[in-house]
Amino acid sequence: MTVLIDKKTKIIVQGFTGKIGSFHASEMIKYGTQVVGGVTPGKGGQKHLDLPVFNTVKEAVSHTSATASILFVPPAFAADSAMEAADAGIKVCVAITDGIPSHDMIRVKRYMRRYSKKDKMTLIGPNCAGVISPGQAILGIMPGHIYLEGGVGVIGRSGTLGYEAAQQMKNLGIGISTSVGIGGDPINGSSFRDILEKFEEDQNTTAVLMIGEIGGPQEVEAGKFAKDNMTKPIIAYIAGLTAPKGRVMGHAGAIVSAYGESAVEKVELLKECGVSISKNPSVMGETVKKVLSGEIKK
Amino acid sequence: MDIHEYQAKKILSDFGVNIPRGGIAYSPENAEFKAREIGGSKWVVKAQVHSGARGKAGGIVLCNNELEVAQATDKLLGKKLVTNQTGPEGKIINRVYIEEATHIEKELYLGLVFDRGSECIMVVASTEGGMSVEEISKEKPESIIRSKIEVAVGMQEFQAREIAFGLGIDPSIVTRTAKAIIGCYRIFSELDATMVEINPLVISKDKDVLALDCKMSFDNNALFRRNNVSELRDKSQENESEVYAADRGLNYVGLDGNIGNIINGAGLAMASMDMIKLAGGEPANFLDVGGGATPEKIVKAFKLISSDSKVKVILVNIFAGINRCDWVAEGIVLALQKIKIDMPLIIRLAGTNVDEGNKILFNSGIDYISATTLEDAANKAVEALNKLENKT
Repeated sequence: MTVLIDKKTKIIVQGFTGKIGSFHASEMIKYGTQVVGGVTPGKGGQKHLDLPVFNTVKEAVSHTSATASILFVPPAFAADSAMEAADAGIKVCVAITDGIPSHDMIRVKRYMRRYSKKDKMTLIGPNCAGVISPGQAILGIMPGHIYLEGGVGVIGRSGTLGYEAAQQMKNLGIGISTSVGIGGDPINGSSFRDILEKFEEDQNTTAVLMIGEIGGPQEVEAGKFAKDNMTKPIIAYIAGLTAPKGRVMGHAGAIVSAYGESAVEKVELLKECGVSISKNPSVMGETVKKVLSGEIKK
Repeated sequence: MDIHEYQAKKILSDFGVNIPRGGIAYSPENAEFKAREIGGSKWVVKAQVHSGARGKAGGIVLCNNELEVAQATDKLLGKKLVTNQTGPEGKIINRVYIEEATHIEKELYLGLVFDRGSECIMVVASTEGGMSVEEISKEKPESIIRSKIEVAVGMQEFQAREIAFGLGIDPSIVTRTAKAIIGCYRIFSELDATMVEINPLVISKDKDVLALDCKMSFDNNALFRRNNVSELRDKSQENESEVYAADRGLNYVGLDGNIGNIINGAGLAMASMDMIKLAGGEPANFLDVGGGATPEKIVKAFKLISSDSKVKVILVNIFAGINRCDWVAEGIVLALQKIKIDMPLIIRLAGTNVDEGNKILFNSGIDYISATTLEDAANKAVEALNKLENKT
């Protein structure tokens, strides 16, 4: 089992006919993902990559029974597309788009409050690499071949640092159940905690690696949640030891503005919650291995 | 994006928040004329730079006659003001703001930011205006009032009144104070701000509620729809290298160390800097060339890093995902044909087609040190630096 997506998940691509949407849709299909069509307003009725194009997400869902979508829509229109997906009954939506205004993301989250927990879409991102369930499906832009199938859940903000972790784990023969990139923005669809909850429920996941960074309260909140609610061990690495206070480090959300948001403080707070810390980014895989073998105990 | 105090005050005034009378000046004559136009007998001449703590740095001068206004202006214009927020290089003063002096009865603090935990707009207020919010939370935490505003419905008048009463304000001016708070909330939500801070917000002897100093920052991602905010950008206040980088699609932050970095992805960039630090070195910068690491971006990155005189060693760390290492390696070779690098260069490639990538680098004849892991790369960078320092 996996979380969020598997090989049966039917996926539509929003912003399907654009250059980036087309490229990544092809990569997803090559990996074996069930991409069943796409949405580009005004191009409904056309075929693209041999798949149907629809004008609206509702039409796409009613014709294809898709339950997941991925957004390659420019920043100015991305919030609108996410809300359209939620309204059409999409269950999992990954927003790849980088540069969505924070006020827009807050609007999206308020909009989604109208749905009951059962009907509510899980929004992943924005500004993220997406989701991969190795060996099954990709709802994202990551290179599938660096991920080995297995039992460790991965949650991270950064794309390439997540790849680094996947590669380290693969080199040690450690597989991944699902890897979820929640993105580097200050306001995001799903938090570390939201995804931890899903991994705790997933029978196949035995441990979770969290790859966090400076800025915001989410990593520590997830640690506190885990302390009280999780049976599975958690390993964490927090990037940004050398980041100066008050400066944005690439990701819009990577800025230290309050106590508990620096890398050192987050590590201390996570340790108190019983999370095993990967001391540096070169030993993320090794630390996971030691936790799995029982060499490091929770 | 940050803006100047005088620009922020214009916005405040447009949203119904009262400010003292004032005007901008570009020369001593201009300043003297403004002082006469404003009237009164005391003025404050304020250096317009993107920084707080200007008073302590000599950027704010109280003047008792028009001549003093002209003299203070003459002294400030064209100088670089160094505050505890600007770094040692300081920021250029291209204009000053002349303002009538206010008879202050009470100084308050008012700030609005996003609260990332609740995803609401948080209003922070305190009776201890004049100090920075960090100082207030250290020294007088009990004076801080916080109010979370639900953005779906916006700020209600009672919420603003509660804050005003909480600050112990004379009931006769609570309505005026609440109006100022609501004005700030509207600025925050209607202009895509990320920070609005009035410090101090003062109650004058005449019972006016006035914004004496104001800072505003806006969401860079929303500037596409805020022309009236975008036009307020002043590049002279931004770090030259950072402007150069941003205009070329690179994410760059200058730091104090001497190991320059070129990395793809913000998280991996922070992680690589961590490794340098743990290996005993200090990074000279944060530089994210974007997940794709295209050859064009790599060329620009080399140009930027090699122009930094602090940099003694360059570390390149690229994890190629969808873009293969062989393609990235070709980009690096191309870049090094265009730009001469005469310092140790450590390159670590990882990901798709890593062997092909390393082969291209090896056969290209470029002078570099190859590294395998993140740790190996950081260690080799520090080693190369130590060798250089032992030589000299």
